[in-house]
Amino acid sequence: MTEQPMVRFENVSKRYGTLTVLDELNLEIARGEKVSVIGPSGSGKTTVLRMLMTLETINDGVIWVEGEPLTHMKKNGKLVPADLAHIRRIRAKIGMVFQSFNLFPHMTAMANCIEAPMTVLGMKRAEAEARAAELLDLVGLSQKKDHYPSQLSGGQQQRVAIARALAMRPKIMLFDEVTSALDPELVGEVLQVIRQIGREHDLTMLMVTHQMGFAKEFSDRVCFFYQGKICEQGPPGELFGAPKNERTRQFLHAVLEAG
Amino acid sequence: MGIGTLVAMLAAALAVIGVLATQQAYSLFLPGLLQGAVLTIEIAILGSLLAIVMGVLAALVRLYGPAPLRWLATVYVEIFRGTSALVQLFWLFFVLPQFGVTLDAFLVAVVALGLNVGAYGSEVVRGAILSVARGQWEACTALNMSRAQMLRRVILPQAFVAMIPPWGNLFIELLKSTSLVSLITLSDLAFKAQQMNQNTFKTIPIFTLVLLMYLVMSLVLTIGMRLLERRASAGLARGKAA
Repeated sequence: MTEQPMVRFENVSKRYGTLTVLDELNLEIARGEKVSVIGPSGSGKTTVLRMLMTLETINDGVIWVEGEPLTHMKKNGKLVPADLAHIRRIRAKIGMVFQSFNLFPHMTAMANCIEAPMTVLGMKRAEAEARAAELLDLVGLSQKKDHYPSQLSGGQQQRVAIARALAMRPKIMLFDEVTSALDPELVGEVLQVIRQIGREHDLTMLMVTHQMGFAKEFSDRVCFFYQGKICEQGPPGELFGAPKNERTRQFLHAVLEAG
Repeated sequence: MGIGTLVAMLAAALAVIGVLATQQAYSLFLPGLLQGAVLTIEIAILGSLLAIVMGVLAALVRLYGPAPLRWLATVYVEIFRGTSALVQLFWLFFVLPQFGVTLDAFLVAVVALGLNVGAYGSEVVRGAILSVARGQWEACTALNMSRAQMLRRVILPQAFVAMIPPWGNLFIELLKSTSLVSLITLSDLAFKAQQMNQNTFKTIPIFTLVLLMYLVMSLVLTIGMRLLERRASAGLARGKAA
């Protein structure tokens, strides 16, 4: 048996009323692959991540994770919509970092990182704290472990959010425009952390980003979304260096012009 | 407004009671009124506890319960919010016995006022839960928490802070509504006052003392809620001013 892709979108569509956000998306991501998603706003790129995190339902198609359906489950040889228990079992493999951090404001950085490992995974406090301490160290925030989110800068909050997601030991990490809400001088520290976990962990990573330079340097593959479809995809060198599609060219031109 | 003003008001009200108590025209009524006040406080505390339980329960059921329970909770809230507390007291005390269920007057007082205020409280709880940012729910989902874990660990602790001021209002409403129980044979503060007034016609001292005593009770309540609010929001607000 050949190795299953880590994630597979099979003919996935998402509609809001008459508006089609994603149109029969087919996308496979290999284990350990780092994929960047770029495109104009409204192109459906964030929806891809939100569907995979089960924050959005899908209208058609199936999403597969390591060969198992996420949105569906097998019953009498047929695929039926998944129940919550099934979704939670598969979803455990996925972690997500948000544009707006979404740290728990009533918990310290450390408490944010041990909350889910203890309540969801049933980890003992000592074990969870040891693991969280390692991760906070990895994101360079050991000194701030007892600080509340409101006492941290945006960049620091986002790094705690990355540590919090990693604490659940996901196989797939989703990054949704994680530097878009940050002041320009704080973007670098967050990208540095992502670079680092990309190296140190055998993680599959899928990120929506506006940082073209980072996408070019970091990803194995870049997907350009336009109007709910993948318009063009390929290795960053090709896509950025010699885009084949006119839309891609226009988009990159506009973005690089602005940058 | 700071807690200081409230504490000053409380001290002033107690001082006035203290001064009046040195006058025989007033001190005469104090023991009887205090006796009534104890009953008022008992009903207010037990009623408030029931109101909290009912409020939280009804809100959670209406938000997340299965359809039949949701329907039941809505009926409860609309009935107890939509009819007067006095009628509810009368119904439980005078009508229920006709169906063979006789409840002790004290129990009726606690149940009727608790259910009444709990109906309002459920809207407070519901609103506070819905006011927690959507990103918090999404973060919980991304951490694979169950609905119960999200509520217990993340949503309710944040909603709690938003609930405190409106619950303070409801507790004061409940405290004042306890005067209705004088109409179902209970000797609360209002009942004692009326009784003494009918016997002595000393209207000024009696109702002045009663007014001050209700004020003291509600000020204590308000100060308590403010302290609770300050404590509960400490974690959320920490460092925000900086």
